Amino acid sequence: MLSWRWFVARIGGAVITLIGVTVVVFIVLRTIPGNAITASLGIESGTLTPAQKASLEHFYGIDKPWVAQLWTWITGALSGNLGISLTSGKTVSSLLRTALPVTVELAVLAAMIGTAAGLLLGVLAGSRPGKVGDSATQGFALLGLAIPEFVLGTAVVAILAQAFHYFPDTGTFVPLTQSVSGNLSQVLYPALVLAVAFAANVMRTTRSEYVEMAGADYVRTAEGKGLRPFRVRSAHILRNAMIPIVTLTGIQFGYLLGGTVIVEQIFALPGLGRLLFTSISNRDYPVVQACVLVIAVLFVVVNLAVDLLYRVIDPRTRAS
Amino acid sequence: MSVLPVVTDPPAAAAAPPAVGDAGLIRRVWRDRNGAVALVVTGLLIVVALLGVTGLLPHDPIAQAPADRLQGPSGTYWFGTDQFGRDIAARVAVGVWTSLRVAVVSVAIAAFIGSILGISAGFFRGWLDQVVSRFVDILFAFPAILLALAVVSALGNGWQNTAIAIAVVYTPIFARVSRGPTLSVGASEYVKAQRVLGIPPWRILLRHILPNVSAPIVVQITLALSWAILTESSLSFLGLGTQPPTASLGLMVADARDTVATAWWTLTFPALAIIVAVIALNLLGDGLRSALDPRRSGQ
Repeated sequence: MLSWRWFVARIGGAVITLIGVTVVVFIVLRTIPGNAITASLGIESGTLTPAQKASLEHFYGIDKPWVAQLWTWITGALSGNLGISLTSGKTVSSLLRTALPVTVELAVLAAMIGTAAGLLLGVLAGSRPGKVGDSATQGFALLGLAIPEFVLGTAVVAILAQAFHYFPDTGTFVPLTQSVSGNLSQVLYPALVLAVAFAANVMRTTRSEYVEMAGADYVRTAEGKGLRPFRVRSAHILRNAMIPIVTLTGIQFGYLLGGTVIVEQIFALPGLGRLLFTSISNRDYPVVQACVLVIAVLFVVVNLAVDLLYRVIDPRTRAS
Repeated sequence: MSVLPVVTDPPAAAAAPPAVGDAGLIRRVWRDRNGAVALVVTGLLIVVALLGVTGLLPHDPIAQAPADRLQGPSGTYWFGTDQFGRDIAARVAVGVWTSLRVAVVSVAIAAFIGSILGISAGFFRGWLDQVVSRFVDILFAFPAILLALAVVSALGNGWQNTAIAIAVVYTPIFARVSRGPTLSVGASEYVKAQRVLGIPPWRILLRHILPNVSAPIVVQITLALSWAILTESSLSFLGLGTQPPTASLGLMVADARDTVATAWWTLTFPALAIIVAVIALNLLGDGLRSALDPRRSGQ
């Protein structure tokens, strides 16, 4: 079975990483010119008297030393209090509650489409290496990795606008629970854009693993025993090829959760990326800090899950 | 952003890989069909960038000509004009220059600092390794584009700051790529023997570690260059990189959002420039990888 020592060490490492992330974000944010006062008052902050300024600094807690501020923030965050947005006045946790589901949905949808397409194309290419289909899929993968999301997104929006008079809806976002079709009409296209690079990555790994596994001795043995080709492919080749593919998919998914900024911006989706982007330009520290931490937590947790899963599918890794 | 390129398959440490400084390396890349294409295209891109920055092209990239706005590609304007009547060919050339400059500077910084960190961590082990590895883990916990975004907003606009931001993102990758092979070479019998013989560490580093680690680093450099171009243009697209009126490929795509419905060329040419550059550098990386791989050198 999975060893507890490994598990505890792995979680301990993850926690240390997250503390490091918090400290790094905190320091980076404090080096950005401007502070909470200039962020909430804009240029009017220049007209404040020293007394007003001092009391505002006290109000925002920025008159205390950095270490004390960091401590206040960490203890607050642990008890669920992430602070209040400087620009909108809402609590940061309420902003996150509305933004997070959008990004998670987008990432899950993109990962599902990307994995399915990538696996299919990868097996297709890998089962006949060197043939036309193989070169075509490889070309697709290369292109898929080279087209930047913002180019693909811009092109998709332009084509949709021309052909279907579809424009990204900057108004209200329709949650999945309210209307499935309404929600999908907003999320599907950006998810497809994100799925392209995802599929290209999955396809590449699937192909190379498939080709490598198909040449293994045990596959020849299985074929020699007269197993049906489908069974050889699924039980012998794919099962073994799955391990690196699962790892890749997991890591990719982790990146996707924090890498939706551009697509959310293009398709006007009110997700975590967009929230982060606008709060960075507004110098809305509490929101930026919380967003980055949430993204890092998601990323670290996804990676941890991948590591665990890895040990479940591949018994060989449990021994070490 | 997709997964960052990390070379997970460094050449076997014990077998001596072809040296990176070897003149035969380029020839070996050249012999590979994809490698040859990559070399030619990369060369062309450099020429285009130089043409752009020296102003040798017929039109000025910044001068506006309102009478000629949104003209299609023609003999006068090879790639057409944008909404201000500026020549897109000239702007693409300058954009390639902007991207390449940021990419080269950022990757140079990242490769230098990252490799030093990775090699010393792998060679000296102990607390240094612990600190470097933790630092790498922390930076890896941020998605690349997010980290670049945060650093750029901390530093402000300008190409130097964009380059620094991208360098911050790639430093941990170089640290990780160079640490692995250093560890395995450092643990090998012949390095142990040299230590026992009392040969100074710096000599072991130079004579044995560096030649073994340089292959994965060189491959990683070309891959990082292609991702740096993607990141630079993404940041410019978001308005955080190169600032107008300086031409940049990302900005051109952003501007094209308003005009592409009636003028396809405003989006097509800058987009193609990015895609071609990224593909060329990727293929070059692949070519270098197989040329530097001792297991394939017999082929």
